[in-house]
Formats: sequence, structure tokens, C-alpha cells
Amino acid sequence: MSKLNSYRTGPDGAGRFGIHGGRFAAETLMPLILDLERAYRTAQADPSFQQELDYYLEHYAGRPSPLYFAQRLTEHFGGAKIYFKRDELNHTGSHKINNCLGQILLAKRMGKTRIIAETGAGQHGVASATVAALFDLPCTVYMGEVDVERQQPNVFRMKLLGAEVIPVSSGSRTLKDALNEAMRDWVTNVHDTFYIIGTVAGPHPYPELVRDFQSVIGNEARAQLMAAEGRLPDTLVACIGGGSNAMGLFHPFLDDDGINIIGVEAAGDGIETGRHAASITGGRPGVLHGNRTYLLQDDDGQITEAHSISAGLDYPGIGPEHAWLHDMGRVSYVSATDAEALEAFQLCSKLEGIIPALEPAHALAHVAKIAPGLPKDHLIVMNMCGRGDKDIFTVAEMLGVEI
Amino acid sequence: MTFGRARIEARFAKLRAEGRSAFVTYVMSGDPDLQTSAKILAGLPGAGADIIELGMAFTDPMADGPSIQAAGLRALKAGITLRKTLELAAEFRRQDTETPIILMGYYNPIHSFGVDAFLKAAAEAGIDGLIMVDLPPEEDEELCLPTLAAGLGFIRLATPTTDDGRLPAVLANTSGFVYYVSYAGITGAGSADADTVGAAVARIRGQTDLPIVVGFGIRTPEQAREIAAVADGAVVGTAFTDAVRDSLDGAGKATDTTVAAVLDLTRELAAGVAAASRKAVGGAQP
Repeated sequence: MSKLNSYRTGPDGAGRFGIHGGRFAAETLMPLILDLERAYRTAQADPSFQQELDYYLEHYAGRPSPLYFAQRLTEHFGGAKIYFKRDELNHTGSHKINNCLGQILLAKRMGKTRIIAETGAGQHGVASATVAALFDLPCTVYMGEVDVERQQPNVFRMKLLGAEVIPVSSGSRTLKDALNEAMRDWVTNVHDTFYIIGTVAGPHPYPELVRDFQSVIGNEARAQLMAAEGRLPDTLVACIGGGSNAMGLFHPFLDDDGINIIGVEAAGDGIETGRHAASITGGRPGVLHGNRTYLLQDDDGQITEAHSISAGLDYPGIGPEHAWLHDMGRVSYVSATDAEALEAFQLCSKLEGIIPALEPAHALAHVAKIAPGLPKDHLIVMNMCGRGDKDIFTVAEMLGVEI
Repeated sequence: MTFGRARIEARFAKLRAEGRSAFVTYVMSGDPDLQTSAKILAGLPGAGADIIELGMAFTDPMADGPSIQAAGLRALKAGITLRKTLELAAEFRRQDTETPIILMGYYNPIHSFGVDAFLKAAAEAGIDGLIMVDLPPEEDEELCLPTLAAGLGFIRLATPTTDDGRLPAVLANTSGFVYYVSYAGITGAGSADADTVGAAVARIRGQTDLPIVVGFGIRTPEQAREIAAVADGAVVGTAFTDAVRDSLDGAGKATDTTVAAVLDLTRELAAGVAAASRKAVGGAQP
């Protein structure tokens, strides 16, 4: 594979990252999707937009999030030096707020008066409901019935924030189906509704703008590690469902030679069982939810159900820029099973006093695999993209504990 | 022998000669099972269908309401695949060489099949055109242009949000006919308003000579009559997937009444379309 001068220039004018991305959307939505792109370009050129976003990121979300040296885990593994980018400390408990603040400011600029969102683990739903409350807009969140069941605390949080949560009973009743239903709402209410997509997927320009709003993670981590160590990291690790936290961490580092960048997909019961959510490891390119990317699908092009203990990773696709970075060989995509994530979840809680969300527990499970074999001066930055309060019921059940 | 775009054009020429609008039936391929679906297809022209839209089942039909979603899932459960849909069409084509068949659905099953292999197989099966919900003009190079090159029609959807500025792009590579979606929303969720639709059809008519067929929100003979009066054709879909659903037994299997339920409804709706007095006649004269 020939090396590019830059991995940071995508997408092209048609919203493509290589063969991935694009605008595979219904005609009813297309005029709005083009409007959104124009509105985003205008906002990008307007310093007051970034100033307003920065204000809310600092004073409302609590940024910058710390870059924390996980000393006890580092000692435990006995190899590489492990840093956590603490995005779980943001207001609402995950990185999702970064993107939601950006998108709601766009929604306001476009004069939209109603917000919709899809959610898997509920973190994006909570962040969407939060910004909708802050900016006084009604908000409807679509969530698969399975996820409503396993993420009860977040469902209640959304309701407290004034959002309407609509359980989705179609298909696998998880994130993919919530996205379908949100798209159906959008197509029906396109005149007044802004769809806050939670990950780096969907029709162009969503993958680009969500990436841009999440890149604050990598930009901060870069400066923070320079301050702490006087140099850039050797390895970056982040979990991937749709891939927004990973894209946010990775993007500012893509052109730095020698940084090993690793995305960790959810292997569920194990890739070999077929019950997993690893679209790059176990899928092939296809078109769904407005973009071309790696998808879990059968021989007939029907989308197959993803499986993961983590509701936030339980999605049969991945953001198109990740698909392209995989094709280009710039980022390595690996996977961690439910069992490995569960072990990492408990280890992190006990050693660091940080209860991670099940999503970044997958990233930590991979760190656990590589850190012991790396030298002590090797710097790993892992994105701790969410906190685990929401997952305690799932974990208790897995551990056979009644609470 | 006429096939593809030419078969669609021949059908509209015949309708024009008879002074009436097209009645277009949307049925889900393989619903509720392959055998029943084949019988439904075979009976549609005799019951009054002028053009058949054959739904391609997809697990994630983002623009469809609950009835068509359920029909697709029934078909998938009964074993439908894109290849079997083409076989159903080929079987139909052995009996009927005049009624156009348009495949309607989402891109991924075709993407998975491979565009070139699919277009070859579709033409051989007697498919005349495609309607792809998730392929707007921005993605014409994916499937639209190869389809036109293969001699098949690519029927574009125009919607209430397609304004005058965008309409030329939507019409540019459209062939066969234009499908006007009567409201912003998913299938089966709304009702087509004849006055609004009439104005929209007139607006589109100003920019194309192609026939303009209207779908979404038409389910009764009366609605079919009203819409057929202001457009070159009326599509009914959800009413058919509802009719199939209502005819099934407790286990979701076809019964003796399933085929008749669909064909009786076809006759009623066709009578509605036939009763329309045409206010506007579109399409280039032959």
C-alpha cells in the first residue's frame, strides 16, 4: 500500500473516504443534507461559531478532560506506560457531549425547532437530551427495546431531562433499529427537525462534522502528553462501535509517523461464534444508514444482527473513515470479547478506582494484551470515553450478583 | 423484442391511446412465501395492474412504515433472496411479455450481488426498471448510469422537498417515468391530497416529458381515482401488504384467501383508476 502525504484531508467533495462514505439517502432528506453541509461550511468559516462551542465545552461540559497516568495499571501490566484520556469525566459521563454541543449549535443556526437522536447505550441519548434541555428544544430519542431494558438508568435520565424516549421494537431492537426509526422520523418531520447523529456515520457531512467535533479529544491529548512527557505517544487505543470517540482521538495523530493506532471492535462471544459486532474483522463493504462502509451482512446483502455486552458497540457497521483507514492500513482494527471486556472492567475499577463504561473496557482489554510486552518507556494513550455507572446492572447480571 | 425501458414506454403509449392513467401495484417479492407470491404476480395483470413494482425485501427499510417492513421480514423468513426475486420475475415473464416489472427497494442487496452481474441477471429475468430509495442523483455513478447503459429504466423519486432548484438534477438521468412521493414521510403513514399532488405534478410536468406516477398515501379506489385524475399513474403499496397480512393464518402462513385478497383489491383499485377523468395527460407522444 502506497503511503499518502496526509490521512487527514478526507472526505472528498462527494463525501467519500476512498470507496466509503457518500450520501446514500432518500430524496426527501437530500435537500436538508445539502443544507446541513452549507450551514456547516458557513459555521466553519465563522470564528464566533467555534468561540461559542469552546465556551460550552469549557464551562458546561468541563473540558479539557484530564490526561491521567494510570500508574497502578501500568505497574500491574509491567510494561508500557498507560495514560487515560478521561472523557468519562465530561458532563453527562462520556465523550458524546462534545458532538452534541456542536450539532445543537448548528441546529440553532439552521432554525430547526425539534431534535431527534438515536441511542444505543443511552450515552448519546442523554447527551442529546441534555443539550436539547439547555437550548430549550423538544427532543425525541429512539432506543431499541433491548437497550431500553439493559440501560434503564440512562432511560430515566433522558426522561428527567425532558426528552421523549421511544422504544424501538423492530429488527434486533438495538442501535441499528433505533437508527432506522430515527431516519423514519426525520423523513417525516424534515421541515423542522434536526437529527443529531451520535457517531461518525450517516450520510455526508455527518461523518466529517462528528469527527471534527470529537477531535477536541485528540487535540487536547496531544498537548497534554507533550506537557507531561515532552513527546507524542507511541500507541493510541480506543474502542469502536460507530467509532466517534476513536475518530476523535485518532484524527489529530493520523499524519504522525510511527504512532501505532489501534481501534478495538466488540467481539461479543468471539468472532468465530458469529455472535459479535466486529464489522471490519467480520464484515464486508455495503451500504446502510446513508454511507458505504464495512457491514455485518449475509450473502444476500441482508444486514445481520450484531452482538455485544456493550450496547454502545452493538452495531453492525462502522464509520466510513475508519473503513478507509483500515483499507489504507493506517489504523489497525482488532477486537475484544465480552469476557475480556468484563475482566478489564473489574480490573480498572479495583486498581484505578475508575469504573469504566463497558465500551472503553474493550479498549482496556486490548491494552491488557499489548502493554505487558512493550518497553517501559512506550507511551500508550487510551480513550476512557465513558463511565460505567450505566453498566452496573449488566455487569452484576453477568457476574451473577443480585442488586 | 421490447424489454427494459422500451417495455415501460410501450405500456405508457398504450395507456395514452386508451386515454387512461396507469395503475401501479407494489407487492413484496416472496411475501408471504415464494409460491403464493408467484401466484399473486401471475394474477395481477388480469386483475387490472398496468405496471408491477416488485418490492425487494431488506432488513433495514428506512423509508417504509410498519406494514411494508413486516412484509419484507415475512418474505425473508420464507427464504426470499435477490436471486429468487429475479427467478420470480423470470417465471412471470414467461406468461406476460407486456407488463413492466420494476424492482423497488434499497441498494445493499444489489451492491452485495455486484452491479454488473445484477444488471445482466435482471435484464435476463425480464426486469424493466429500478426504483432505489437510497440512491439520490448524487450517487448516480453507483447504479443509475450502469442501469441506463444496460437498457433498463431508472425511475427517480421526486418528493415534496425537491424544490425547483433541485428538480433538474433529479430528472436528469431519470427514465421510464418519474415517481412523485405524495408526502414527506414513510410508506403507509399519510394520505395523498389530490389538490396538492396535482400542483406538484404540474410543476414537474413543466420540466419533463416523462409520465409522472404518484405513490404514497393511496389505498382506496376513491383516492386512486382522484390521484389518477391528476397524474399519469397511481401506485398502491401498503394496502396490498396489509391485505396479505390480514389473509394469513395464526402462524403467519398463506391461506386459500391470500391470493384472492390481493387480486380482489387490485380489481377494486383498478376500477377506481379507470373511473378517473383525466385532467392532464403527460408523456411524450409516440
